[in-house]
Amino acid sequence: MVPRQVLRIGWALVLLLVALASSSVPARAVSSDLEPLVGKLSERSLSTKAQTIREIAEVGSAEAKALLETLLAGQVYYRKDDRRVVLVEEQDSAFAIRDAFSGEALGQAEKRSLKRVVINNSIRGFLRGAIARLSLRAEDPDDRLHAVESLYDELTPDTVELLKSRLVEETDDEVQDAIRVALALAALDSADPAERAAAAQRLAESMDQVVHVRLSALVREQDGDPDASVRAAAQSALREIDQNRSLYSVVETLFFGLSLGSVYVLAAIGLAITFGVMGVINMAHGELMMLGAYTTWVVQQALPDRLEQSIFFAIPAAFLVSALVGVAIERGVVRFLYGRPLETLLATFGVSLFLQQAVRSIFSPLNRAVSTPEWMSGQYVVNDALAFTYNRLYIILFASVVFAFLVVILRYTTLGLQIRAVSQDRNMARAMGIKSARIDSATFGLGAGVAGLAGVALSQLTNVGPNLGQSHIVDSFMVVVFGGVGNLWGTLVAGLTLGVSNKLLEPLTGAVLAKIIVLVFIVLFIQRRPRGLFPPRGRSAEA
Amino acid sequence: MMHALRSLMIALFAIPIMAGLASAADTIKVGVLHSLSGTMAISETTLKDTILMLVEDQNEKEGLLGKKLEAVVVDPASDWPLFAEKARQLIEQEKVDVVFGCWTSVSRKSVLPVFEELNSLLFYPVQYEGEESSKNVFYTGAAPNQQAIPAVDYLMNDVGVKRWVLAGTDYVYPRTTNKILEAYLKSKGVAEEDIMINYTPFGHSDWQSIVSDIKKFGGAGKKSAVVSTINGDANVPFYKELGNQGVSADSIPVVAFSVGEEELSGIDTKPLVGHLAAWNYFMSVDSGINDSFIDDWHGFIDSRDRVTNDPMEAHFIGFNMWVKAVEKAGTTDPAAVQKAIIGIETPNLSGGISKMLPNHHITKPVLIGEIQDDGQFAIVWETGGLVPGDAWSDFLPESSVVEADWTERLNCGNYNTKTQKCSGQKF
Repeated sequence: MVPRQVLRIGWALVLLLVALASSSVPARAVSSDLEPLVGKLSERSLSTKAQTIREIAEVGSAEAKALLETLLAGQVYYRKDDRRVVLVEEQDSAFAIRDAFSGEALGQAEKRSLKRVVINNSIRGFLRGAIARLSLRAEDPDDRLHAVESLYDELTPDTVELLKSRLVEETDDEVQDAIRVALALAALDSADPAERAAAAQRLAESMDQVVHVRLSALVREQDGDPDASVRAAAQSALREIDQNRSLYSVVETLFFGLSLGSVYVLAAIGLAITFGVMGVINMAHGELMMLGAYTTWVVQQALPDRLEQSIFFAIPAAFLVSALVGVAIERGVVRFLYGRPLETLLATFGVSLFLQQAVRSIFSPLNRAVSTPEWMSGQYVVNDALAFTYNRLYIILFASVVFAFLVVILRYTTLGLQIRAVSQDRNMARAMGIKSARIDSATFGLGAGVAGLAGVALSQLTNVGPNLGQSHIVDSFMVVVFGGVGNLWGTLVAGLTLGVSNKLLEPLTGAVLAKIIVLVFIVLFIQRRPRGLFPPRGRSAEA
Repeated sequence: MMHALRSLMIALFAIPIMAGLASAADTIKVGVLHSLSGTMAISETTLKDTILMLVEDQNEKEGLLGKKLEAVVVDPASDWPLFAEKARQLIEQEKVDVVFGCWTSVSRKSVLPVFEELNSLLFYPVQYEGEESSKNVFYTGAAPNQQAIPAVDYLMNDVGVKRWVLAGTDYVYPRTTNKILEAYLKSKGVAEEDIMINYTPFGHSDWQSIVSDIKKFGGAGKKSAVVSTINGDANVPFYKELGNQGVSADSIPVVAFSVGEEELSGIDTKPLVGHLAAWNYFMSVDSGINDSFIDDWHGFIDSRDRVTNDPMEAHFIGFNMWVKAVEKAGTTDPAAVQKAIIGIETPNLSGGISKMLPNHHITKPVLIGEIQDDGQFAIVWETGGLVPGDAWSDFLPESSVVEADWTERLNCGNYNTKTQKCSGQKF
């Protein structure tokens, strides 16, 4: 097993290097091995490249690690004419390049005169592992954690020794736990059955995939552990792990359901106002969301340097754009059709087609790429069996904020009071001096603006394209009708219920059937209770 | 008011017809049947532009049979029945000599009877599920054995994948492809419990549970991969979710059959780096002919940011084959071109020579690329030579005995070698 030995040498080198670095002796002596290797990176064959990269990892110096990192980031190129390997700085029309080994600046180069050192998945996997291993003493506890976890698969006696010594120095609890898991995993290979059984017992605490795989291998009928006590220990550990896992998976499903539900609520809540409060069937609601999503894109294009913050500018912008278009639709089309639902439906459907094609003509039929800010990507890892993705967490949060915002507007502001008055009894409201036509516009604009907000959220989850609206309009109507027309709380409960039930069904039936079952359920439900979960009561019910 | 509107309509319809009459005598007409509006516009608009470019280039060179080519563009608006109507309009009213068009299988199935009835020619440029060979259709995209099977071979032999997720959108192409792949995997000794099949609706956007299932499925200690026939749009949220849930390409790679450069240009590709796609052409192919094609394209479309992709290459090959066949036959008559085109060879963009086979499919190389952060593919594997397209899959028991051959030998697209009978199309 050459790689094992190589790894061992690598480790020795890492240790040596750390020793050298800590006594502040320049590490040049080790790095001189690096120079010929760097030159070899311009080889085209992927297997030669993999070999070279392995050798670079063996050098193990801080420079080697930095080089591996730039390789993984895709910044290493070579010049086509002299095959000199260079690091590339800027990604505009020209590149600022410097020598990959010495760091000496080489000026600018044409994009076409350079070729990237292409790596494939197996090299990328190796790079990640190698970098992680070189980070066992990193400052950041997360890096150290990764480093330890990346060792689970290759626990040689040397690494075990190294981990043991790390355990004494380690201050972070999580990293300590990870090291303990690694040591227990190593102990599973011990010759002593009692030690193996004890290790299996200790592993019951860990939710790591590798642990599960190893324990399952121990209890297998044909090639499991020869010792019965070890098998029993592994069996009980597995049982405990599986129990925890199923618990976590329920939590996970609930989270998925809530986040899907929040998307439903966001998409439907604007409709709950226009359809629910005003009784206007607005088929262009989806396109108003689409406009919100496109606004997000435009804002992002306008602020290329502020990718991380642009979304905060996009939220008010999307609200305004959609609200203005909404008011225009109300003033231009809907207001002539009050009391004629069928015509309203057709007219707004026409508006929706018009908006779609307008977007196709202005922005092209291709989808637009809205990039997700860094702080919204990734996940909050509880353990290997449970993690919450950040974008979904933020969507849930955003949906709650929007919902609260609407409830506050409708309940505590003059506008809200007037909207409610008009929706309950238009004539009486007018008699009290409320300009009902203006309130209609404002209500429609409010609903449309909220659709724009939903568009901002959707731009982070799905495609920003001309069809964005179409794919959400049916769900939105479903939620509003199910929740009970004219009731915001109904929309909230309905959206979350549908989201959770969809996600509960999906693992059992598959996504296609789950959707159908939910639809059938709603049809049957509406048959029994035509006014939804929370039917309107009192005077507005008769209107 | 009504009157004015009617005369306006008549005028609008009359203009193209009159324009057509004026030039009918001295041009050869090329029909373009690609959606310019609706859902499929995202992919098909580019193909319309490709044909317009090829027509322009041909006219600049020498035309064809001493005449100029003229492109007639119609918009079937991503509406499948409308495809059939527009095809009929192209053939009967515009009297085009050949049609380049369609993207989805359902649109092809919808126009097929029209082309067979009116005996005209259709060049279909997109990878598809196979199980078809019409006398009037030339399939310049990949058949399953030119895309799906080699991709699976690559994962199995070069990456060492033991567990398979077959994920697809719920319609005919993924269902058929996955049926073929499942049969193929089982023939290679993959156990039932190591295959997970999952279908999702069109435009599916909530991938949380599915990705979480894939993660669990892939965490069983064996190398796993996802073979994705997920259609266009739904891929973006799928890959985003993979990235967010921390499924990286080196742990569980996804190989896709519907994700190309064009689709990637609408995506933030950072979370996708390292995932795979199998095609017969990538924009990053290193060949002189490809460089000049890209330059042509950038010049024609007047933008250096536009990408080229596999179906464009298929149109490039198909168009050149048709031109050669017309020159060989000395006429644009469909029957004569049908005969002349079999065996015609033209260069493809990856530096080889593609050939039209008797089953109306072509030979192509198969390339596997890894997605890079600039939206391009780095080619990591390719077949040694060109792979001939197989209309009827060898891995489905009912199709393995069927053969397609449009030469004198059989003159049939659906010939059962066991019963020695020629059945008609099934559409």
